[in-house]
Amino acid sequence: MAAQLKPGQGPLDYGSRTWLKVLFAVIFFVLYAPIITLVAFSFNTDKRGVVWRGFTLDNYTKAWNNASLIEALTNSLVIAVIATVIATVLGALTALLMWRFRFPFKGAYEGFMALPIVIPEICMGVALLLFFVNSGMMELFVHLPWPLNLGNIIFAHVTFCFPFVAVVVRSRLVGFNRQLEEASKDLGASEWQTFWSIIVPFMKPGLIAGALLAFTLSLDDFVITFFTSGPETVTFPVKVYSLVRRGVSPEINAASTVLIVITVVATVLAMKLQAPPKADKG
Amino acid sequence: MENWKQNPRVFWTLGIPPSLWLLAFFIIPLGFLFVMSFSDKAMVDGQVSITGYDYLTGITNYIRAFDSLYLGIMWKSVWISALATALCLLTAYPIAFGICFAQDKWKPLLLLLVVLPFWINLLIRTYALIAVFRTQGYVNKILGVVGLGPYEMLYNNFAVIFGLVYVYMPFMVLPLYATIERLDKSYLEASLDLGGSQFQTFLRVTVPLTMPGIISGIILVFIPCLGSFLTPDLLGGANALMIGNVIERQFKAANDWPFGSALSFLLMYATFGALALRYLFTLRSKGVDV
Repeated sequence: MAAQLKPGQGPLDYGSRTWLKVLFAVIFFVLYAPIITLVAFSFNTDKRGVVWRGFTLDNYTKAWNNASLIEALTNSLVIAVIATVIATVLGALTALLMWRFRFPFKGAYEGFMALPIVIPEICMGVALLLFFVNSGMMELFVHLPWPLNLGNIIFAHVTFCFPFVAVVVRSRLVGFNRQLEEASKDLGASEWQTFWSIIVPFMKPGLIAGALLAFTLSLDDFVITFFTSGPETVTFPVKVYSLVRRGVSPEINAASTVLIVITVVATVLAMKLQAPPKADKG
Repeated sequence: MENWKQNPRVFWTLGIPPSLWLLAFFIIPLGFLFVMSFSDKAMVDGQVSITGYDYLTGITNYIRAFDSLYLGIMWKSVWISALATALCLLTAYPIAFGICFAQDKWKPLLLLLVVLPFWINLLIRTYALIAVFRTQGYVNKILGVVGLGPYEMLYNNFAVIFGLVYVYMPFMVLPLYATIERLDKSYLEASLDLGGSQFQTFLRVTVPLTMPGIISGIILVFIPCLGSFLTPDLLGGANALMIGNVIERQFKAANDWPFGSALSFLLMYATFGALALRYLFTLRSKGVDV
């Protein structure tokens, strides 16, 4: 990297200062070393994960054969997929509403929509627990067959995901040229036709990015799920939590690595899609 | 933008589903929590009932929250969060600054490197820290090479603060990056031309001009730190309790939901207070918003 920087010693060439480069190196090392160690040790033969003894895929086989871990992962994926679909629709509706209309108390409504993003997760978790227990929904869903018994968790996940989707979709809509919509209507298209063949195609990158964001948020959530899940409906993070409490094992490393790969792929995809089509707007 | 009255059918079609959802699964649950925070466990035949409650009996739960025990935990949550936020600021500022002054082709990659850990599950990152910091972990092994340790680095306040900084640092970098990037670099040149040293320029030009980003970053980090549960739970052990852990305990092990609800509301009020502060600051430094 150093070879490509200009020798520039100008007063504002902070980018080429040695102390800054060293600091970057140190901070990135601290940020990544634990994660890289975790991934590396998922391939380690040593059972206690203390020293490197050799490469193996045994931990992955073991994790794969651990029925409760796989069940938790399946639950997490099913919840994430269903919650993503609902959250994307609700988020898109919210974004369209805010983008298209002027209405009384719009500022207050906007603040109200942002509440699930700002309040502490633990407060939302306990509020939903209280609600599900007192409304009888907990009791109702626990006795339903799989995957319906995941209902409560799905409701909870949609609630904290869709405001994020709304933000992403709305930022995409800001770049929309309204003349396209007017042209479409002038040419005789109905409200629905205009929506379906002009606005939706334009929104698509925002919808996909929002959906991927919702998917990662849902897949990653621990705190809210911890409070809303029953004993029979364990998700992957909740399962990993119970394993972590018992100590470090290479099997958790293997399972974590799989989850890291899933979320990183989803995130990088989302970032690619979210990048503005033209030049970056400050 | 059109007035909703011009097209009420579309307006309601768009507005009703998300509003109803938020009402049913957010506002009403918060209402339950609010009512519960003013309630007490019911007494049945002179014994405290496990599941029955006397609703809206008064503010005893809130009074209890101001016992010295809980006041101490709240104070500890605040200072741990404040210290973690300050450390985040100290590490994130040079990072954001460096990215802004890096060559254009490196910027996206550097930003991605900062943000990427944020997308990795919080639980997994915390677990990764446990593995590195435990007695047989790498940090102690490296210290052992120089003849130090092994130290117990987990299950204390140090571990909690380190964990919070580790986990929330990206939140600080992004708003700082956004303001420093928009900073007019000619101000810095002017200050240097007029004889200011690098340090003076930084302290008296750069910092004041990037204050909105600093404030945003502080709020964005402080709020999740204050409400954190997982980090103090896994890294903190018994003597590093924060308010989130006390709330969890009331809803799980201690089974005192009314008290837990009152604590949750206090935590929410603190969050809103922090947000209101941020709003005041953005009003004052109008124009440059993050």
